[in-house]
Parts: sequence; structure tokens; C-alpha cells
Amino acid sequence: MDENKVFEYTRYTEGIETMKAAHKVLAEYVFTPSLPQKGYNNRSLHIDLSTLKFTEKKIGEDMKKTFTGGRGFGLKYLWDAIKPTTKWNDPENDIIISPGPICGITQYPGAGKSLVVALSPITNIPIDSNVGGYFGPLLKFSGFDALEIQGKAKEDVIVVIDGVKGKVTIETAPRESLDSHVAAEQFTHQYASDEADLRNVSVVSAGAAAAHSLIGCLNFSYYDMRRKVTRLKQAGRGGIGTVFRDKGLKALVVHGPQVKGDMNHPADLGRIQRAGVKLHKEMHDFDDKMCTMRKVGTTNIVSVMDAYDLLPVMNFQYGSHPDTKNIDKTTWIKQFTQGIPDGCWYGCSMACAHGVDEFALRTGPYKGHKVVVDGPEYETAAGCGSNCGIFDPLWVIECNFYCDTYGIDTISFGTITGFIMECWQRGILTPERTGGLDMSWGKGESQLELMHQMARGEGFGLIAGQGVQRMKKIFSDQGWGDYAFLNDIGLEGKGLEQSEYMSKESLAQQGGYYLTNKGPQHDEAWVIFMDMVNNQIPSFEDKAEALYYFPMFRTWFGLNGLCKLPWNDIEPGDNRTKNAPMDAAKVPEHVQNYVDLFSGVTGREITKEEIIKMSERVYQFQRVFDLRMGKGTRKYDQPPYRAMGPVTREEYESRQERYDKQVKEWMNIDPAGKSIEEKMALHRKYREDRYQKLVDAVYRRRGWTSNGIPTLETLKRNGIDFPEVVATVLPHLSEAEVKEVRTAYVATKKAEPKENKKSKIKKKASAKNLKPKTKNKKAAVKKTKPSPKKVKTIKKIQVKKKPAKKVIAKKKAATRIIRKIKAKVKKAVKKAAARKPVKNSKK
Amino acid sequence: MKYLKTNPSLCKGIKACEKSCSKAFFKVEDPGKSAIRVKQTDSGFEINVCNQCGECIAVCPVLALKRNSQGVVMLDKKLCVGCLMCVGYCPTLSMRTHPDQREPFKCVACGICARACPEKALEIAER
Repeated sequence: MDENKVFEYTRYTEGIETMKAAHKVLAEYVFTPSLPQKGYNNRSLHIDLSTLKFTEKKIGEDMKKTFTGGRGFGLKYLWDAIKPTTKWNDPENDIIISPGPICGITQYPGAGKSLVVALSPITNIPIDSNVGGYFGPLLKFSGFDALEIQGKAKEDVIVVIDGVKGKVTIETAPRESLDSHVAAEQFTHQYASDEADLRNVSVVSAGAAAAHSLIGCLNFSYYDMRRKVTRLKQAGRGGIGTVFRDKGLKALVVHGPQVKGDMNHPADLGRIQRAGVKLHKEMHDFDDKMCTMRKVGTTNIVSVMDAYDLLPVMNFQYGSHPDTKNIDKTTWIKQFTQGIPDGCWYGCSMACAHGVDEFALRTGPYKGHKVVVDGPEYETAAGCGSNCGIFDPLWVIECNFYCDTYGIDTISFGTITGFIMECWQRGILTPERTGGLDMSWGKGESQLELMHQMARGEGFGLIAGQGVQRMKKIFSDQGWGDYAFLNDIGLEGKGLEQSEYMSKESLAQQGGYYLTNKGPQHDEAWVIFMDMVNNQIPSFEDKAEALYYFPMFRTWFGLNGLCKLPWNDIEPGDNRTKNAPMDAAKVPEHVQNYVDLFSGVTGREITKEEIIKMSERVYQFQRVFDLRMGKGTRKYDQPPYRAMGPVTREEYESRQERYDKQVKEWMNIDPAGKSIEEKMALHRKYREDRYQKLVDAVYRRRGWTSNGIPTLETLKRNGIDFPEVVATVLPHLSEAEVKEVRTAYVATKKAEPKENKKSKIKKKASAKNLKPKTKNKKAAVKKTKPSPKKVKTIKKIQVKKKPAKKVIAKKKAATRIIRKIKAKVKKAVKKAAARKPVKNSKK
Repeated sequence: MKYLKTNPSLCKGIKACEKSCSKAFFKVEDPGKSAIRVKQTDSGFEINVCNQCGECIAVCPVLALKRNSQGVVMLDKKLCVGCLMCVGYCPTLSMRTHPDQREPFKCVACGICARACPEKALEIAER
């Protein structure tokens, strides 16, 4: 790129002083800004929008050890905030943004990620979404390891965290735009002190459509110094943008200090630097030969997926199309501005955050405006493009832009539109039912109009915004189509729309999608490439092992504030020759980099194995959380049949030779003389049985019962056998396990008086300023296993000579909670003992 | 464009250049903190130092690397975020880093090392 190039965009900063003057501060909180020490600030900020109250919460060693950070902190805070009966739009639903201990280092690619967690409107279970942009790191450098937003504002508000002045405010901001590309620019310019300070401001916003749908996303901004414009990265999945708008949030703004390379105050900067330089060098040497991320980002796989018949085409009916070349990397390399460092946090040499610059919009309220579009990335090109039969890159870019600025998840929107278009193809939808929208394959203009309707909160856009799962029911309730068929062709699991890989021929990816905690999403187990392209997991056992290891491994990125792409979208040059296929898939040298990063930042030495252990604690906790919210059992892990095999005759015919061969080779049946319907039935039976066998194997490997429930042994092994967690799984466990808990409970009861006695002695010793004997303390904890809350209470008693009133109240509250939990466990034990053992349910 | 021209055939490996460089910029005689590096090979000595090609300028995300009026590539420490992308992307591996240092460092063609070299293996030249 020409270094002196001046980009021309439509600007939205006119009159921002007047806009800012119209703000009214509703509440203010003063805090002491801090920088993390060894990756942690050890505190989080809780904001209640209903009461306009601010609370700082301490983050102790137990919390860090069990939940690490990021997604782990998010899930723990959400667990504490909500009840099993909570709905997404209840005030207690909690949006948590947490960056993780490694987040904010500048030396290693992809280290600026935040994890956003909330109760999802689309699935009614916890959702976690991984996002770039500067908000997470700047929040951390302001002094907080997590931000929690609960409650609902009475009117639209913004929350401003000033990490330089040490002030948080809740303000009205009536004049600024709701749409993200405008809001980000307006707020960034309002809260930066001068031009050089623009990069120290980041804005989180949703948009007009997030409020009228269940698939709203969040945009996290950052200031691009070369383009001189604010850009956006998305926490796309699960509708957190919808929750954000429901709370009356217009934007979150953070203003942090000037970023430097050691702001995390790492334990060993040199160790981090060595890992970083090593990866930058690999990017320099191999990217052009491997994934060309620096030129085309994730769109490099569009043509690969097409070549292997895995690209979703026309609602996942087909896996390739002759027009794919119009939306593959050969197109995007021309559309994306080349030769510009396009990372979404400092130091990302992978630089996949490519942008289409000076794009002139053709529709909607911003028609004629010149904007920068973030992407499209692979998921958007495949979802909003090929999956809708749209192969015109300009429509894909326009769709991408409006999804972002209106606050809509491009993956869900792509899968939703593909589903609607197939319903149109099959006569389930007609012009009368769509309000006149022609939803034929390839109609980019109709797709955009659907999006504008969503933003205006009108017409068929309102129905589309309900998501695939609800549309299946709406259409069948209206008598427009047969529910069983709609269920077969609607690509969703647990309520979440499937991301954009055609998984029919990859059993591993079927499991990768539908054996996830949050729904069919590629970031947890993207094994299709290993399975279908590299053939690295050929056997059944290999697949089950992959579906244990990779979801756990990928969870780790979300605990620490990292992007997953630099892990395996670039590899050391000799990775494939030096390692066996399954090991090569893990990219051992890069796993070592992550060991070095974690230990280098936190000073806590870990091993490669510990990465899996850290992740599994959170992963199993999330599974129990799903169970707590009414899902998390085997029946919620079933794919719609379109994800597994051919639903329709034309799908079968499109690959007849292959399918006939499979009948012969897999089922040992001669296909000659059989009708297509008969062969389809054979396939369905075979494929559904095969999937169930995979589920059995994966459940065994993950330490779950045949109904998908983590066993007590699994919970214990992971150190998450807290009373509330045990109480959640108990009603779903076998008699033997329930008996085990009952025995342990009785033992605890028996041990209780002794423990109380020891506590009293300790209290006495503490009052005399004497330290209790470590040996005895350990023995007491080991024998009675009090809950972490109880341990906390004991510690408080030890520390305080004369407890203050507040402490006494807290102690009483803690005792009440412990009593409540015990009663709950007792009730659950009784209930479980009274019923028959759980049978091996197969669907 | 000003740059440090090397003549390795004259080098005797006494490393006076490394010492003078680190002394000048970091006040210590530490080869790890020198922008110029001398390495012995089978055929003699190799001298590695920035040739001011400027490829690092394009990869810097915060525009901290720029040419000065004499064409020398300079690092603005105030702007630098220490990401070290320039280190990994230097085609001659002449951008340096040290664990004591947040920001990377490089040869700015100041000529101190040339003056310290008794063999005249180094000189400031124009290109």
C-alpha cells in the first residue's frame, strides 16, 4: 500500500461537541486505576443499571485457579448472577466481558481478545463469544479483569470507564447514533483527549436490528491509525447484542492509558518476547506458502471447502458450486486493501482483520456513504454468500456491513436466510407470507431488505430475527410446512444456528458441532479440515479423541484472551514431517509457545497437559450450567438430519455415485434396483446410528454418563464438585452415584462438629494473633471438604480480630447460603434415590 | 540514504563495534544489547547490521518506524508498543530485542562502531 494514501470515508463527527453537551450523568463512581501484575488486577467491576450502583469484586486465588479468566470468569459470574428460572430478558441476566491473563501482551499475535458471556436469548443457556478490538485490553489496563453489567436502565444509557482519571459514569447520550459504525466514531472522538489519544478509546455497541431480533451481536471498536477511522470486530454468536439493547445500553466506552509492551507486568518478559518473535518469523517465512492470512484472512478456505465438497451451498444442500470463484480468495485479494498491518490488537502479524475500504453502499439508510467494512471473513462469505446462493461479492460485502452496524450475527443471519430461501424454493414461503419479499436463491437485494426490516423492527424481518428454531415452529404452526421436514432442513442445535461448514461427510465435524456446550459453532471443535482434508483422524477412536482434546484445547484461548487462528493457521515449516498426523494437528511447537506465554505472564509454571486441565474445569462447569438451565442432556446434542446426510431427493442425486458406493461399502447392501427413497432411508438409518455411536464414545471420553451428564468422578477430578454443581447433576445420575454422594454427605455431617470445634480453636488462636498449625488446617479442610465460600468465611474469621458489622452480616449470609445448599443437596439426594436408575437413552 | 557499510573480509573479530554500540546506547558492554553483531564462520567473520531497507516500516501497526531526513529508519519509542513484529519481519534479522528492553532497537547509522573498528571494516556510506 502507498504509505501516503489518504482514505476517503463518510465522517460522522460533525456536531459531536453538541452531542456530548447533551449527555446527562446519572451516576458516577471513583476508583483507583491500576495495571495488572502478572496478568491480573485481582478485581472486577460490577454495574447494576437498575439501581445505578457500582461494586468492585475481589478476585482471589481460588477463582483464578479454577476459572483462569475470560470465559471462565464470565461463566462463574453468570452462574452466581442468575437462577435456573432466569430468562434472557430478566434484569438479573448478566453480560460479562473478561479479557483473561494473557490478554494485552503485544508480542504475540492475537492476544487482545475478550470473552463475552451472557444468558443467550436464542438458546436460553450460557453463550460465550470471543472478540477482538481494544475494549478488553484497555479495560484491563484501567484496572479490571472483568466487567459485569446487570439490571436494566430506565432509558438508553452509555457507561464510560475512564482508566486514566479513575472514574466510571453512567450517562444518557440521546443524540448519538445507535448504529455501530457511527456510534464508534462519535464516542471515540468524544472521549479521546486528542488525535494521538484516539487509539486509547474503545467502544462496545450493538445496533438498530439487535433490539428487534434474538441474534444481536456486539461490536468492539479500535482506532486504525493508518486509515484514520474506527473499525469494528464482533462478538457475534448467541444474541448478546440483543441482551445489551434490552438492558438499555447504547454503548460502553473505555478510555485507557497509552499501551506499552509490558503493561501486564509479566513475570518473564523475555520468555514472551522469544515466543512472539518466533511466530512473527514463521508468519514472515511461511504465510504465503500456507494460508495467506495476511492477504485474504480466513477467506483462503472458501475454495478449499468448495474443492472438498464442504462449502455450504443453498442451505447446506450442496457442498460446492461453479460460481464459488466469485467469492473466493481470488476476489477478496482484490477487494481487501493489501500491504497494511490489519491486526485487531497490537502485534498481530497474522493480520487477518482485512477491510474493504471506501465501499459505496447501495441500499438502506446509509446508501451512498463510503465506509470501511470489516471482512468478509470465511463464515460471512459462506453464510451470507454461497449458503444463500449469492455469489456476487458486492452483496456479500453490503450484507456484512449492515449486519455489523445494525448489530446482527452474520453466521446466524446467513443460516437463517439460507433456511428461508429453501422454504421459498419448496413453497413453504410465498410472497403473501413474506410480505412481498422474493426470497429466491441468489437475491442479494432481498436479503438486504430483510436485514433493513430487522433494523426497522417490521415485516418478515421480525420473524427472521427469531432464528431458525423458532421459525420451524412458526411455519408449521401456521400450516405452511411439515414440522419434521422443517426440522430436518433447519440448521440449528440447542437453538443456535450452525456455522458454515457442510458436515454431511464428516462425522467428526457433526460431533464437533452438536456436542458443543453452546450450540453448533466452529470455534470449539473445527475438525473438518483434519478429518476431510488432511485425513489426520481416520479411525473412530481418533475422532472421539479429537472431540475430547480439541474442544478442551480451544477453550483455553477463551480463558486467556487469545485468538485461536495463530495456533494452526500458521505452522512451523517442519510440523507435518516431524510429527505423526494426530500430533501434527496439535502443532506441538505452538502449544509450547502457549505454555511459555502463560508461564511468562503469570509466573505460574504449567505444562502442555495443564492447558487441557485448566480448560476442562471450565468446560465441564459449562456443561453443568447447561443442565442447570434445562438443557445439557443427550437429546439436546442431536443434529438436524441435513447436517448428517441427504434430506431430499435432489441432494441424493447430486452425489448419487458416492452415496450408492457407500450403500455397497458401508452397509454391504447392493444398491442396484433400489429406489432413491429406499437408499436414502438406508443412509439415514446408517448415519444416525453411526452418530449415536460417536456420541457414546465422546461421552465416555469426556467422563459423562450415556445421557451426557458429567459424573461425580469427573467433577471431582476437575475440582468443581461444589455443592451447587453436585446438586445440579444429582437428579440425572445413577443410583450408585447418588449413593456415593449420600455417603459422603453423611460423612461430612459427622465430621462437622469436629470441624466447628477446630474453627473455634483457630478463631481463638487468631484472636491471640497466633497462626493455626498448617498441618491441622490442611487436615480439617481435607476431611470435611467445606465449600470454597466456607473456606473464605473461615479465612475471614482468622484474619479479623474483631469482625466489623459488615463482616458479621456477610458471615451470616454465607452461613445461610451454605445451609440452603445443604438442604438442596439433601433434597436432590432424596429425590434421586426415590426414582429408577437412568436408562441408556439413545435419542 | 545513509547506512553502515560493512567489509567483512577486513574483520578480525575483536568485536569493538559491538562493545561501542551497546556502550553508547545502553551504557553497558553487552553484545546482547548491540545493534551490530559479529559472528565467526568457517570462512571468516559475518557482520550483521541494518541496511536501512525499510521493510519494517510497513509492518509497524502504530507508525513508530519512519525514515529521517537522511533516509535512516528510526524507531519512535513513544509510539512503539513493543510488539516486535519488525523483529520477526526484518529480512536481514537486524532488528534487535532484549529482555531488559520493552521496545526493539536497531542501527541508526551513527558511526560510533565504525570509529571504534581498528580494521576499517565498517564505514558510514551513502546509497
